[in-house]
Amino acid sequence: MRLSPDEIALFAVGPWTVNATLVFSWVIMALLVGAGALVTRGLSAGASMGRGQNVLEALVAFLLDQIHEVTRQDPRPYLPFVGTLFLFIVTSNVLSVVPGFEAPTGSLSTAAALALCVFVAVPAFGIAKVGLRAYLANYLRPSPFLLPFTIFGELSRTLALAVRLFGNVMSGAVIAAILLTVAPLLFPVIMQAFGLLIGVIQAYIFAILAIVYIASGTELQERRERTRAKENA
Amino acid sequence: MSDIALIGMASVLAAGLGIAIGGIGPALGQGRALAQALQAIAQQPDEANTITRTLFVGLAMVESTAIYAFVVTLILIFANPFWAAVAP
Repeated sequence: MRLSPDEIALFAVGPWTVNATLVFSWVIMALLVGAGALVTRGLSAGASMGRGQNVLEALVAFLLDQIHEVTRQDPRPYLPFVGTLFLFIVTSNVLSVVPGFEAPTGSLSTAAALALCVFVAVPAFGIAKVGLRAYLANYLRPSPFLLPFTIFGELSRTLALAVRLFGNVMSGAVIAAILLTVAPLLFPVIMQAFGLLIGVIQAYIFAILAIVYIASGTELQERRERTRAKENA
Repeated sequence: MSDIALIGMASVLAAGLGIAIGGIGPALGQGRALAQALQAIAQQPDEANTITRTLFVGLAMVESTAIYAFVVTLILIFANPFWAAVAP
């Protein structure tokens, strides 16, 4: 049985095989960029606005609100990264109901790439916010003896992030394929609808976990500074 | 019994048992977390947003265990390292 769209090789460019994961990733990117460019062409600052602008504003406001509630910080620095993750995954998962479309998030390589982005973004945001020294000092808290566990925790949560997304999307596709052979009339439709819900929730979980991890790299430092300021006062 | 049949049988059995037993713990844990969250929402409907978000994050953490079992099962069935040793 085919487990991931990686195994569908569409054509080859020189020594590289272009598989369905790559092609559909680019389709999603083109869709997102195209829709964004189309909507933002005629922006209005007044009370009357186009439908597209309304949707985008609601989406951005929702994301800003969610990020703010998790981090309790100014959400704007995190919006581009987390918002992109959310939009990419949610588009990919929702489009999987289109016949012939294979969700690229159902491939372990895409999921691992997204998780690696988070893995790199956590120290990047942390260092940008609190500086290299303070960020590295976070690893030695509460005790330097826990350093191996902290490092292992970072690695294992990246693995879990990747496999969670891959496992959920892939199992949805596999269950749909199995049901098609067992009970092809109505049941797969119900499972597809259920898969839509799972896909959106997984995208939400991925984005929320990313922002939780990023926040954990920046928050500790702030809290310590606050208590120190209180002690000095 | 030939080596290949033995390995196949053991892998399939272990995969089935692995995902079954590996699913029990997280299922119980997630059910408990969900029940507590529902209770909390019933008591404090105003905090529903915060509770729901925390619930999702918590469920994702609990789910990790099940995901590890799932990965091992997938490896056993689709990427079993012992196949290469006996494959004709």
